[in-house]
Amino acid sequence: MSKLEHESALSRRSFLVGLAGAAVTFGFTPKEGAAEEQGSDPFEPTIWYSLDRSGIVTVNIIRAEMGQHIGTAIARILADELEVDWGNVRISAVDTDPKWGVMSTGGSKSVWLDFPVFSRAGAAGRIALIEAGARLLGVSPSQCVARRGAVFAANQSISYGDIVRRGEPTRQFTPDELAKLPIKPASDRRLIGKKTNALDIPAKINGTARYGIDAVVPGMLYGRPKIPPTRYGSVVRSVDDSAAKRVKGYLTSLVLQDPSNTVPGWVVVCATSYPAAIRAADLVKVDWAAGDSAQVSEQDVLDYGARQIAAPHGGALLVDDSGIDSAFRAAGSTLERTYTTSTVLHAQLEPVNALAYEKDGRFEIHTGCQAQSTGLPVLARALDLPQERIIMRTYLIGGGFGRRLNPDYAVPAALAAKALGKPVKLVLTRSDDTRFDSFRSPSIQTLRLALDPQGKVTAMEHHASAGWPTAVYVPPERMPKAPNGAPYDPFAIDGADHWYSVGAQRVRALSNDLALNAFRPGYLRSVGPGWTNWAVETFMDEAALMARADPVAFRLGLLDGAGRNAGSAPSSVGGAKRQAAVLRRAAEKAGWGTSMPKDTGLGVATTFGQARSMPTWVGCVARVRVDRRNGGVAVEKLTIVVDAGTLVDPDGALAQVEGSALWGLSMALYEGTQFVKGQVKDTNFDSYTPLRIGDVPELDIEFIDSVETPVGLGEPGTTVVAPAIGNAIFAATGVRLRHLPIRTAAVLEALASQRSGH
Amino acid sequence: MTSFHINGRAVTVDAEDDTPLLWVIRDVIGLTGTKFGCGIGMCGACTVHVGGRPTRSCITPLASVAGAKVTTIEGLDPEGQHPVQKAWADLQVPQCGYCQSGQIMQAVSLLNDFPSPTDRDIDAVMAGNLCRCMTYVRIRNAIKQAAAEFRKVTTNE
Repeated sequence: MSKLEHESALSRRSFLVGLAGAAVTFGFTPKEGAAEEQGSDPFEPTIWYSLDRSGIVTVNIIRAEMGQHIGTAIARILADELEVDWGNVRISAVDTDPKWGVMSTGGSKSVWLDFPVFSRAGAAGRIALIEAGARLLGVSPSQCVARRGAVFAANQSISYGDIVRRGEPTRQFTPDELAKLPIKPASDRRLIGKKTNALDIPAKINGTARYGIDAVVPGMLYGRPKIPPTRYGSVVRSVDDSAAKRVKGYLTSLVLQDPSNTVPGWVVVCATSYPAAIRAADLVKVDWAAGDSAQVSEQDVLDYGARQIAAPHGGALLVDDSGIDSAFRAAGSTLERTYTTSTVLHAQLEPVNALAYEKDGRFEIHTGCQAQSTGLPVLARALDLPQERIIMRTYLIGGGFGRRLNPDYAVPAALAAKALGKPVKLVLTRSDDTRFDSFRSPSIQTLRLALDPQGKVTAMEHHASAGWPTAVYVPPERMPKAPNGAPYDPFAIDGADHWYSVGAQRVRALSNDLALNAFRPGYLRSVGPGWTNWAVETFMDEAALMARADPVAFRLGLLDGAGRNAGSAPSSVGGAKRQAAVLRRAAEKAGWGTSMPKDTGLGVATTFGQARSMPTWVGCVARVRVDRRNGGVAVEKLTIVVDAGTLVDPDGALAQVEGSALWGLSMALYEGTQFVKGQVKDTNFDSYTPLRIGDVPELDIEFIDSVETPVGLGEPGTTVVAPAIGNAIFAATGVRLRHLPIRTAAVLEALASQRSGH
Repeated sequence: MTSFHINGRAVTVDAEDDTPLLWVIRDVIGLTGTKFGCGIGMCGACTVHVGGRPTRSCITPLASVAGAKVTTIEGLDPEGQHPVQKAWADLQVPQCGYCQSGQIMQAVSLLNDFPSPTDRDIDAVMAGNLCRCMTYVRIRNAIKQAAAEFRKVTTNE
């Protein structure tokens, strides 16, 4: 989503400190230039945090909380600069309002985007409080320091709460002043980088945490959908609810009319209780004319992508160095390999749901959502209402992983509520949720490498075809453009534009239109880097073998930090050298090069996480044992080293790497399904089988000590694990797997062809 | 009408006999700490105690708990400070938190049955509880910490 890409516009705005009721508020002006109009307009800053008379700081959080403890991280960034006691800090998850700007939580970008904003907001508040405190103490601001929620000057002090009680401060900072505010050196930080307890956790242990599925309003009805046979193009011919009428509490079955075309062909079965809605929906018979994708299956999508790759033209050329074709012509040897990945489900544990109702001419949508700014315009079209008359209420998210970047599930709830004129809480069962998932598209990629007669890498090509998640919401004219002018979805190709120095390079992104028309490709934890790195890092191992080089040494040789891989301030200082460092450290920790027991091997992979603009450097070594009798792959240990710059919340950072690494393992060996004739094959946890506790290997995770710009941590751990496992299987057995997930049958087949000499 | 006890309180519910206990707890009684995940007993998010035994409430008919004592996450400890909950807080186990009520209820049963659980015991008993955020490393450590706390309490008594 392009809106995830752009830097926060807040940094260009003025900052206001002023009284609002009993508290002092701190906020950016609603829009550029508005500060000058301050005299004539009523004072109403966009409130990012407030400080009340008892010294309590309340930080407003626009990011969705889905397990990453984001409010805690943001509040600590602010509180460190503001110089307040952590015990006096509260967080408040806000509902939608235009004053917040873009509300979207994804791409592992929250801390990276918000760190500069909240650092300055905290520093501005501190300076305003020092100035006000100095006035009240009768000293000059230069004689004062702020610590622990008070302003100190020699032997006197005044607490922030008292300053607020005395009617101070009011202060305005211009954008220039704000940009020049002194931000603490890392050595002076009191909260950032220190272990803490996440503010969202207590409620998640005692049953009081409120998720979207827990939303209630008096008089609400319950709905469960009948999901049509295809995502698009299905038309309801008839509905027979005669059998449902014997279910106590059954009310009606609504054929939705959806001007936004989000849920074409949907029928919502309504009842006075949810179990009644479940039962009734099982009994309602709907006859649909299915859309075209009823004829589309997984292999069709991959075949389509293979044809796109085989065609020399088409697609977006993100990188297209001159001399690449001549380098291949002059090559002493070349390597070409194709890699594929299957459909992967989000399977977030809270099935998607929403409660919707109209009240006083406005629509209220109660749901957990990662991208309210994506959802509101769609809801506006669906309801034929201006966006200003729709408000999305914020709830905790029972697993995001990108599923709730696509807020399509709010639309049918709103349409049902509108049709009935009553509040409707729509909840999808697990199988409904799965069939309506915006799952990770299958992908196909072909990589080529050229080596000169001396064995030096001189050129590399990467062609990738998959369904583009951003294309669902953003028309081509508003998508980012590659240098060749073609639009592309960065989230579907990030990773292919790696930091290895490979001579002349070409990276081509292809939108798999068959996929895009057959289903709704989704953002799934790590998105493109989840498949591009499967290809790049498996390919690097194959290239090392061809070059008769050690896989770690081969990579280190290419991670030289030369040219475009040198990195730049602020986010990629050090460039490929930092990637080399995490790789070297992971190899060292894992005992790279030591001899392994029979059928056991170490495999390596390294990535830069999500995007070149925000690299999170990751190195991984997997230790794997293969059972030649049944093709079973046991991952014994994952050694992971991460350089994410400054860690705001180190324990939260560790939790994210633990979870994302196990996601990587789960997708490599335990997950994956097939798209079959317009539907996913596996729809519940009886046959879709994410990693369970007994499958968890030993984890050794280390962070590089750093004071560089903080970058993202929600997804990067995901990107390294599958290729490290595949490479370890090769090290253990000599067989190479090029498809994800890795199934025992594929391992057995590869072992059999190895024995027969093919 | 079905009568039973929930978290020490007597309740009588007017719902169909075959209504899953989960929806009675959540939507009729209004205790929403117990979660809906799969509806087929495969994820454990809906785990409660019935007569002290861990039970998947999404596949438990209301009539089957007539007269029984049901405990949910809200009733585990009046202050939310059961040793398992304390270990969960201490080790910062939850991420999204959606499965954690079920994990905690299952872990409490595990420790009642195996006061000093081995890793194999933990694997076996906790296998039915899916954590999509994959907080498994911390779940295991928290179970062990809570077990050690239990033993300390027992030794001191």
